[in-house]
Amino acid sequence: MSNQFSHERIIQLRKKRSAADRRFKTYGLIATLTGMAILFFLLFTIFSKGYSSFQKTVIELDVMFDQETLKITPNATYKEQVEAKFFKVKKNAIANALPDLSKKDIKLMNKMFSINVDKEIKEYFLQNPNILNTTQKLLVTAHSDVDQMLKGNAKRNIEEKKRKLNDRQLEFFDEFVFTGRLKSKFNNFFFTNADSRHPELAGIAGSFVGSLFTLITVFLLAFPIGIGASIYLEEFAPKNKFTELIEVNIANLAAVPSIVFGLLGLGILLNVFGLPRSTPLVGGTVLALMTLPTIIIACRASLKAVPPSIKEGALAMGATKMQAVFHHQVPLALPGTLTGTIIGLAQALGETAPLIMIGMIAFIPKIPTGFTEPSAALPVQIYLWVESAERGFQEKTAAAIMMILIFLFLMNAIAVFLRSRFERKW
Amino acid sequence: MKKIILSISAIIIAFSSTVTARDYISIVGSSTVYPFATLVSEKMASEGMKAPVIESTGSGGGHKLFCAGVGVEHPDITNSSRAQKDSEFQLCQDGGVTDIVEVRVGNDGIAFAYAADYEWKYTNGASMAGGIDLSKEEIWQAMSRDNKNAPVTWFEIDKRLPKVEISIMAPPPSSGTRDAFDSLVMSKGCVKEMLVADGDCEAYREDGHVIEGGENDELYVEHISKEQGAFGIFGYSFLANNEDKVAAAKVNGVEISMEGIQDYSYPIARPLFFYIKKAHVGVIPGLMDYVNEFVSEEATEGYLLDAGLVELSPADRAKVLDDIANLKNYK
Repeated sequence: MSNQFSHERIIQLRKKRSAADRRFKTYGLIATLTGMAILFFLLFTIFSKGYSSFQKTVIELDVMFDQETLKITPNATYKEQVEAKFFKVKKNAIANALPDLSKKDIKLMNKMFSINVDKEIKEYFLQNPNILNTTQKLLVTAHSDVDQMLKGNAKRNIEEKKRKLNDRQLEFFDEFVFTGRLKSKFNNFFFTNADSRHPELAGIAGSFVGSLFTLITVFLLAFPIGIGASIYLEEFAPKNKFTELIEVNIANLAAVPSIVFGLLGLGILLNVFGLPRSTPLVGGTVLALMTLPTIIIACRASLKAVPPSIKEGALAMGATKMQAVFHHQVPLALPGTLTGTIIGLAQALGETAPLIMIGMIAFIPKIPTGFTEPSAALPVQIYLWVESAERGFQEKTAAAIMMILIFLFLMNAIAVFLRSRFERKW
Repeated sequence: MKKIILSISAIIIAFSSTVTARDYISIVGSSTVYPFATLVSEKMASEGMKAPVIESTGSGGGHKLFCAGVGVEHPDITNSSRAQKDSEFQLCQDGGVTDIVEVRVGNDGIAFAYAADYEWKYTNGASMAGGIDLSKEEIWQAMSRDNKNAPVTWFEIDKRLPKVEISIMAPPPSSGTRDAFDSLVMSKGCVKEMLVADGDCEAYREDGHVIEGGENDELYVEHISKEQGAFGIFGYSFLANNEDKVAAAKVNGVEISMEGIQDYSYPIARPLFFYIKKAHVGVIPGLMDYVNEFVSEEATEGYLLDAGLVELSPADRAKVLDDIANLKNYK
């Protein structure tokens, strides 16, 4: 017995205990570092694949705006200018992009430019109508195949038939590079255009606006309903078997896979109510149903966190129960509620499965302007691009993932800000 | 909860009363036809028309939505990478969709592909000129679950083939490409003497030599470039866009090519379709403009051809144009 509690033995035991302590700290550190390493690896792969998408390749072209080709006079009206023959101007410019091109060469050369070039020439002219009968150096968008070659995403030291650019086009390419007419420029199309089948023209504006409309719908539906339900359940509802059942069900609903909500939307919103397919209205309603439990749970938790003494104080001063709740408890619980709502919205932003069920996985080349107009959403856009065969869409996919991550980061930052700025501790 | 349901339905009813007729074309269906249909849609949009909304639901899902009924809430056109099945035609009849026009838009080939930088060698070490050449029977033997021999390497199927382990990534059952591959290769290449009793020609082996990929073609490229001598099965348009990464095996001695697919000398070629709901013609604005743009020469010999859609033969094309002009029911 005495041996067991000897001085040496106690020191020995203490050493053992503090060793266990240190070991645990090391394990914790390793776990954290592993998690961070995986996160950084993920971010690194996405960013390294996607950053090139923010640059586009442009080719300097000498464009001759002569009035015979355009078929307009110097004092033409705006309408006549809009309808002028810009495609002919483009054709001439491309045919003279390099000296001495044969007919076959011109055809090949034409394929190195984006189909959008006549529009770019037109826009430039409409902004500067006084350039009629002059030759201007314009930077016009190159075809995605040229873009990918310049960015090094396409191999060039392989057989001709395996390349998207053939030998002759590579000669043109090298000539453009040598004379400094092939340049990289900030890719404005990625932020201003909707989806396109031409990688050099595809952008996220359409799906971004679609996601925004969807989130507004989610907020307008889920926030008032969520708050109403949680105040009622927390403060006014009688505690009986029925309300208990409801509470269990809310907790269960929060764990239901999102695709089930998509099926619900398909079955009820589209088939019974006949709402239009592929619209933010339907997408938002489905996602609102999915987000509701999250908001209700967060809102009830923050209502519960308000000390009962505040409500009791109000009641003691003669306030009705409704006054006590709405004047004192709800304002104090609001930061927590908003945080919960934003986290719910962030979750809704990243959902893909329910949107596929209600047809938001669609090709929409125009930016939507309303809640009942068909549109895509950011996560669905990623899905559509990753499936595309053209090489240019690979970097677009990574870039779209970057955008959604930034969007999510911002939303979570707002949630953290609200919490730290307004939350009261008791 | 009652309150939630009540308020949601009130909002939905309020919204739905504001929703009236649809002024854009709604298209669903095959993911193989999707890239071509979207090009046509974008062309229409660039000409100032309302762009059709195109969903990629897969052929089967498309027919289901298409046949659900007549009215603006149902799609006008469904794309399909195979002909409509009898059961689906019946579904349409039951749904009140009685008049359907079938449009054959072009042909597509299915590639049996491997990594472009992989070199096939005979067992004596000499390299195979022009890549590997497989017959349908050999592909069936490599892929069938009910093949008595259950070969592990290609050499076990035929002595001229290399001692390379069989590894094939095939499309999932929901895909139209799978349907076409099953009927063109698995059932036609089926060797009855090798089949186990009561065996199924179209069943894929489940011992790891054949694995199912998803609908995402990039996954196939990743698989075949990682595993030496692995094959992947996907559509010609993907191959045509990625020839620096993937190459295709010859099938029955024929190399995959536009011409081979057009005249069906390449053995795994199939037609692509879309189906028009006749009741919607004249109701949905621009419906026939879309159809006519899709089959116009500017499209089929221009941007659709560039994207990898193989043209119809002149005789087939004439019939299709005639069917469209007369809006002829296909059945």
